[in-house]
Amino acid sequence: MLKTLRDLFRYNREFAIGSMLMAVILGMAALSAFSPYPPANIYVVPPDMPPSWAHPFGTNSRGQDVFWQLTFAMRNTLLFGFAVAFLSRLLSLLIGLVAGYQGGLTDRVLMSINDTFIVIPLFPLLILFYFVMRDYMNWVLLTLVIACLGWAYDARLIRSIMMSLKTREFTQTSVFSGMKMHEIVVREHLPYVLPIVFSTTLNNINWSIGLEVTLSVLGFTDINRPTVGTMIFWANQHSAMVAGVWWWFVFPTAFITLTFIALFLLAVSMNEYIDPRSRLARMGMGGA
Amino acid sequence: MVKANGKAGNGPVPAEPILSVRNLRAYYQMQYFGIDREVRAVDDITLQVNRNEIYGVAGESSCGKTSLIKTIAAANRPPLNVIGGSVKYSFLDRDIFRMSEEELSRVRWKHLSYIMQGSMNVLNPVRRIRKSFIDFAFRHINKPEREFFDIVARHLERLRLSPSVLKAYPHELSGGMRQRVTIALATICRPEFIIADEPTTALDVVVQKDVLAMIREVQQEMGSSILFVTHDMTVHANMADRLGIMYAGRLVEEAPTREIFANPLHPYTAHLIQSLPRIGDLSPKKALPGAPPNLSDPPAGCRFHPRCPLAMDICRRENPALTALRPGHRVACFAASSEVRPVSEIRETVPPKVAEARS
Amino acid sequence: MSDLLIVDSVTKSYAFGGLFGRGTFKAVDNVSFTLEAARPEIFTIVGESGSGKTTLARMILNLIAPTSGTIRFRGTDLNAIRGSRARMDFMRHVQPIFQNPFEVFNPLKKVDHYLFMTARRFAGASKTAEVEAHADAALQKVGLSLAEVKGRFPHELSGGQLQRTAIARALIPGPSLLVADEPVSMVDASLRMSIVNLFRTLRDDLRVSIIYITHDLATAYYISDRIIIMQKGVVVESGPARQVLDNPQHPYSILLKESVLSPETIGEGILGLARHTGEGPPEASAEGGAATRTLAQPRSS
Repeated sequence: MLKTLRDLFRYNREFAIGSMLMAVILGMAALSAFSPYPPANIYVVPPDMPPSWAHPFGTNSRGQDVFWQLTFAMRNTLLFGFAVAFLSRLLSLLIGLVAGYQGGLTDRVLMSINDTFIVIPLFPLLILFYFVMRDYMNWVLLTLVIACLGWAYDARLIRSIMMSLKTREFTQTSVFSGMKMHEIVVREHLPYVLPIVFSTTLNNINWSIGLEVTLSVLGFTDINRPTVGTMIFWANQHSAMVAGVWWWFVFPTAFITLTFIALFLLAVSMNEYIDPRSRLARMGMGGA
Repeated sequence: MVKANGKAGNGPVPAEPILSVRNLRAYYQMQYFGIDREVRAVDDITLQVNRNEIYGVAGESSCGKTSLIKTIAAANRPPLNVIGGSVKYSFLDRDIFRMSEEELSRVRWKHLSYIMQGSMNVLNPVRRIRKSFIDFAFRHINKPEREFFDIVARHLERLRLSPSVLKAYPHELSGGMRQRVTIALATICRPEFIIADEPTTALDVVVQKDVLAMIREVQQEMGSSILFVTHDMTVHANMADRLGIMYAGRLVEEAPTREIFANPLHPYTAHLIQSLPRIGDLSPKKALPGAPPNLSDPPAGCRFHPRCPLAMDICRRENPALTALRPGHRVACFAASSEVRPVSEIRETVPPKVAEARS
Repeated sequence: MSDLLIVDSVTKSYAFGGLFGRGTFKAVDNVSFTLEAARPEIFTIVGESGSGKTTLARMILNLIAPTSGTIRFRGTDLNAIRGSRARMDFMRHVQPIFQNPFEVFNPLKKVDHYLFMTARRFAGASKTAEVEAHADAALQKVGLSLAEVKGRFPHELSGGQLQRTAIARALIPGPSLLVADEPVSMVDASLRMSIVNLFRTLRDDLRVSIIYITHDLATAYYISDRIIIMQKGVVVESGPARQVLDNPQHPYSILLKESVLSPETIGEGILGLARHTGEGPPEASAEGGAATRTLAQPRSS
C-alpha cells in the first residue's frame, strides 16, 4: 500500500499535485485545533483589518480573524463532505450490489426507487426542506438528507457493473464451486466494484461540498456554524465586496477552489490507477 | 509516392515480390508505475510475399502474428514500437515507416487494404452499408457519385452479392453476409495487397467455406496478393500458396503449402500437422508438452527447445537462423538442418538424440 | 435407476418482439435422449451458432428451466430441485466445463482458491492439508500437480493449463456427469489434443459421462461415442458418432460434413466449388432471413 502510494506519487503528476494540495488543505483544517479564538465568538479582534503579520488573512466586519475562521470552515466543510460521501457510498453499494446480483423483481423495485431519486429536482427539494425543518436545522441533519439524495447515480453504475460480472464465466465457476450468493458478491465481485466506489467517493465529496456551499451562501443552512459557504454568506450580508473587505471572501473562495481541484486531480489519477485493466497490466498480463 | 499503378493481370507471373520484410522487430514497450516491460512480439522476421499469391501466416495465440500484421501495415501504435528492420512494398517508393500519416492514408484502402475478423470493426453499426462504401472508397475512386455507385454495384454483382445490401444496416445482415460485405469493401479499389486477419474465425463452418471461396476468387480475379493470418491449419491447407509458421515471435518455417504439409522440417510444424484431427481418422493424436513461452521472458536459444522432442545442447544456447534447406523451404531448426530428414516421422517417444533418428 | 440422465421432449422457447406482434422462438425444440449410468460415454452435441446447443447445456446444468418437457437426473426431475441443499447435491454430481479458459477463473484471484473452495464445499474436507490433498489428487488426474498451480494467477498459466485446472476443479466433487460447452475452441492447437485426450481418459478411468458440445466435427469424430446434430433447435440426426459422421443421412449433416476443411484437400481447389451452399441465394439473407438469424443466436459461440 505504501509502495503503491510512493509509485503513484513518483509516476503520476496528477496524483502528486493533487495530494500536495490535499495536504495543504488538510493541514489548514487541522490548524483549527490551535485556534486562539472560539469560532462562534464575534468582535474578538479589531474589525476590517487588511492582511498583516498579526492577521495573515485580515479580519472581517464581525471582528473575527479570517485565517482562524477559515481553519474551522475548512474543517467543517471537509467533515461534511466526507460524511456525506461515506453514507451515500454505503447506500449505493448496498442497493447496487443487491439489485445487480439478484435481478428480477428486487432489481425492478430498487431501480424504480433509484430512478425517482435521479429525476427529482434536488435544489427546490432542499430549499423546501430548509423551510420545513428550519428550527431543527443542523449539520448532522443536512448530512443525512444530502447523503440520501446522493447515492442514486452510483447505485445504477454499480448495478450495471454487477450485471456484467454476473454473466462472466467465473461467476458460474464460483456457483459450481459451492459458493453462496453473498460469498460470490463479496469475494469475487467486490474487487471490481470497490475501485469504482472509491473514485466516485472523491467525486461525491466534491458534489456535496458544492451543494453545501451553494445552500450556505444563500443562507439555507445553519448559518451559525462556520463553513466555507457560511463565511461567504456573512461576507455578503456585510456587503464585503462593496466595502472593499476583499480578503473576507477571496480567501474562502480560493481555498474551496483548491479543494475542488485537489479532489478532481486525485479522482482522475485514482481512476487510471485502479482501472482493472491497468491493474492486470501491472500484475504482468498486458501485451501481445 | 506511388510508383506503378499497373495491375497484374491473370496468368502466372514469375515470383516478383510485392512485399519484402527484412529483419523486422517490433516490441511492446510498457511502463506501469515504474515497472518496465518489454514483450518481443515480432522478433527478427524476414519474409517476402510475391505478386498474385496468398501467403499464410500460422501460429497460436500471442505468437505475435497480429503484431506482425499491424507492423507490416504501419498501423502499430504505442506501446507496440518498431525497433528495427524494414517493410517495403513494390508500389511504394520507400520504406513504409518513412511515410507520413497523410501519405499513408492515400495508400491505404487503394493499394493496401484489410479484411478483419470482426466485420463490425469496419462497418459502422449506425450507418447503412452504402455510407461505409462512401467513407472508405469514394475519395480513392474519385468519380461522380452516380458513377461511383455503378462501380460499387458491378463489384458487388461480381462477388455475387445483391446491390440491395447497400441499403441495409450492418445488424440486418447475418455474420457471413457482413463478412462478405467487408470483403467487397476491401477489394472495391482493386488493391495490390490485402491483409486478412482471421477473416473467418468467428463464422460457422458452412459459411466459412463460402467466405474463403470468395476471398480466393476475388484474389485470382484481381491478381492481388494476400497476407492471410489464421491459427487454423486446415484453412491454410486450402487457402495459402505459401505458408509461414510463427512461434513465439519468430518465423520458424516457411515453404509452399503442399510442401510444408507433406514434409514439415520443424518439429513444431510437424506436430501441428500431425495433431490435426480429421473425420475418418481415429489414430491417437498427441499433444505437445509444456506451453508457449511468455514473450516478455522468452527462453534462451531456440524458443521452442523446452517443448521440443529433438532438443540438443546447441538449441539451449543459440538461436537457429532461418535457412533454406530446399528450394523455397526455409526452416529455423538445428536438428533439421544438421541432416535433412523427415522430421514428420518423429514421434514423442523418440529419444532426443539426432544420431538415432532415421535419415 | 439405470439411467443417468433422461432428456424427454425438452423445448425452450423465448418470447421476442415489443408491445405489438409478440412471437415466440424455439431455441430448443422437442429434444430427447438418454444417458445410461452403467455405461459412461462421451455424448456429443454438434451444431452451429443458433442451433440451441448451449441452451440445451444450460438446461441440463439446471441454470434455466425448460418451457416444456422434463430433464431427469438419476430419476429426479430438475424442476424439483429447490433450495440450496438440493442444489448443492445436484452440483456434486453434475459439473460444467466452460468455453473460455481465460474467463473461467476470476483474473484478480488465485486459481487455487476455486479448487480449495470446491474441496471444502463438496468433498467434505475442512483442514488445510485435507483440502490441498483433494486439490492435488484432482490435478494429478488431469496431468498437473498442486505445486504447478498453487498461488498462481490465471494470467500466469497457459490456456491449456487453465482448462485442465478447470476440469480438475470440476472433478473434485466426484461427479458422474460433466457438461463441456466448446471446451477446446479457445485452446491453442498445440495444447488442444491434451484436453480432448483427457476426456477419453476421464470416461475410461474415472467412468465419468461427458456431454461434449462443439461445432467441430473433427474432434467430435475423434472422441465421441454417440452424437446428435442440431439445427435451429431441432435434432436432425443422431446415432453412433462414427456411423453418423462417416455416412451422414440428413441433408444438413451432409452439408456440415462437406463444409469441414481438411488438410487432405490441399490444392484440390475445393474452395472454388463451394458456391452459396450455405445461406441460399445472397438476396434471401440480405433482409428477410437476417432478423430471425440474429434472434436465433442466444450467445452460443
